[in-house]
Amino acid sequence: MRGGGYFKTTYAADLALVDTRLRRRALAALVFLLLVLPRVASPFILDLVAQTALAAVGALALNVLTGLAGQISLGHAGFIAAGAFTTGLLVENGLRSPLIALPAAAVVGAALGIVVGIPALRLKGLYLALGTLALHHVVLYACAEFQNHWGANTGVSVPPPALGPWVLKGVVAWYYALTLAAALTLALSVNLRRSRAGRAWMAIRDREIAAESVGIDVARYKVLAFVWSSAITAVAGALFAYHRAFVSVEAFGFFLAVEYIAMIIIGGLGSALGAVLGAAFVTLLPHVLDAMVAGLRLAGGAAYYLFPLKFGAFGLLMAVFLLFEPQGLVGIWRRVRNWFALWPLRYRPLRSAS
Amino acid sequence: MTQVLATTVVVASLYALLAAGYVLVYRATRVLNLAQGDMMTLGGYFLFLVATAAPGEPARAIAGAAALSALAGFLIYRLLMRPMAGHPIFAAVLVTVTLGILLRAAIVLVYTDRIRHPLGLLGLANPARPLIGGAVVSTFDLFTVGAAAALFAALFLFLRFSPLGIQMRAAGEKPLLASQRGINFHLVFALSWALAGFAGALAGILYANNVRLDPSLGVLGLKAFAVALVGGLDSLGGVVPGALIVALVEVLSVRYGDPLLADVSPFLCLLAMLLVRPWGLYGTKEELERV
Repeated sequence: MRGGGYFKTTYAADLALVDTRLRRRALAALVFLLLVLPRVASPFILDLVAQTALAAVGALALNVLTGLAGQISLGHAGFIAAGAFTTGLLVENGLRSPLIALPAAAVVGAALGIVVGIPALRLKGLYLALGTLALHHVVLYACAEFQNHWGANTGVSVPPPALGPWVLKGVVAWYYALTLAAALTLALSVNLRRSRAGRAWMAIRDREIAAESVGIDVARYKVLAFVWSSAITAVAGALFAYHRAFVSVEAFGFFLAVEYIAMIIIGGLGSALGAVLGAAFVTLLPHVLDAMVAGLRLAGGAAYYLFPLKFGAFGLLMAVFLLFEPQGLVGIWRRVRNWFALWPLRYRPLRSAS
Repeated sequence: MTQVLATTVVVASLYALLAAGYVLVYRATRVLNLAQGDMMTLGGYFLFLVATAAPGEPARAIAGAAALSALAGFLIYRLLMRPMAGHPIFAAVLVTVTLGILLRAAIVLVYTDRIRHPLGLLGLANPARPLIGGAVVSTFDLFTVGAAAALFAALFLFLRFSPLGIQMRAAGEKPLLASQRGINFHLVFALSWALAGFAGALAGILYANNVRLDPSLGVLGLKAFAVALVGGLDSLGGVVPGALIVALVEVLSVRYGDPLLADVSPFLCLLAMLLVRPWGLYGTKEELERV
């Protein structure tokens, strides 16, 4: 616990990401659990974890932009589409190696980030959200044109990624690959937060004029936030293309962008843990509802209502979090942790602090 | 050529009806209502509801649907948006996104996602009408243009001359000052939402009769919102030129480009506007600093 009485005495301790013994043990336990999971869990569960990990990569990337730098984006699905279609385009042209596709997706994403980031310097808040929304539609239009002219009309199929003789195939392999990708993104985003850029972003998010007056180059760091975020997002899109083995414009609608925003809102804005929790929540929610409806064993017509019910439940939960728990799952987790840490005393946060 | 002009005016009228909803809500509460398109769908389904209950009475059905939609707008403000007062604007905007999701889910739950045509239920027909110069439009196209013109004229008179309209403008300009002068701004905000619901419903009712009714009509709302921005988010008068520009670009790109390009053309207009003049044709420049 990080309560009172614990002081860092060395620079090494100050730099450490995992700073207490309890945290080290918890992390070791988590890594162990993730390594052992394929031996005990069913392929279905492994696939769910893999999907969560993939969503977490995208959510962490959006969190860099919205949670840290405070720049609102409704165009996240456009960046994912850009990464996925970059992969599709390369595969169509015979460049199948992920060693080419993943960096290429990152470069395309970064370039798009600059394209959005520079006009975004003039825009704030809502207007920025609108600009990114418009860009999402433009990117999707470009992808749709590509799909109509070069791919098969319904989409582009992507073969599994191969490194020499080794081919990434099957649930377990994808589970390891995507979990690793999520872990790397998590480490990257936690470290970004501690870097010079991360501190600059948080300063810009909290008060732009104050940030500028202490010497932060606001324009540069805003564009940088877009570049980092969209590059990671595009890599997530490339992974998405490989994982689904198929790219089609229909998968990247406005609703996907809303889902990613829901992830970081439900998880808790600005927190890497929150992005992962939110990704898990949004990915697993439809399956949990499926299981609940299956458990109820309703009459034959019920299956039809499942889709709108899931859709509605998603909207309702997002609204509930926005209205009643703006700190998200991380806020709940922090309260629970403080309750245990301070027990039997109690700590009531100031109302204005929330 | 006349056909292009006629189609442009018709499309612009539909967009103007929708964009009026965006501007009304934005002027009052500084919230961009991303559920406006789904409120339009809701209006169309209210018409379907009333028409199934009492078939063959178009005037009463349309009046009933519009009234129900205005009531829905009021309830949305009271139940969802008022608790968001004091939260960041973007959180409120996201609440409208969830509202859109909830409305669409509710519509699919009740009416399934089948395409409906309330025209027959109302006992009306929609014959084509040739215009001077060789252009052909449908009867409901003409009604759409008429409805948009009537709505804008009524809104202009209401905001310019009626006490409540003047209060609305005051509350939109400076809510704090307005409330200190005794203006009940919660009433004004609720009225803005009700009017937005009404304007959206008009668009929905006309579109449902003219083309079709299905739960995914809401995507039109996103296009109309390019209209609101091109005209200026806080300018009701700017909606008309904004709608004409966006509609003209869209009609031309259908004619000389392809349908995919036409779908994206409102957003290209939006992006161009954001680059050149982010506050829109008739919006106020200070607006950018406020958000």
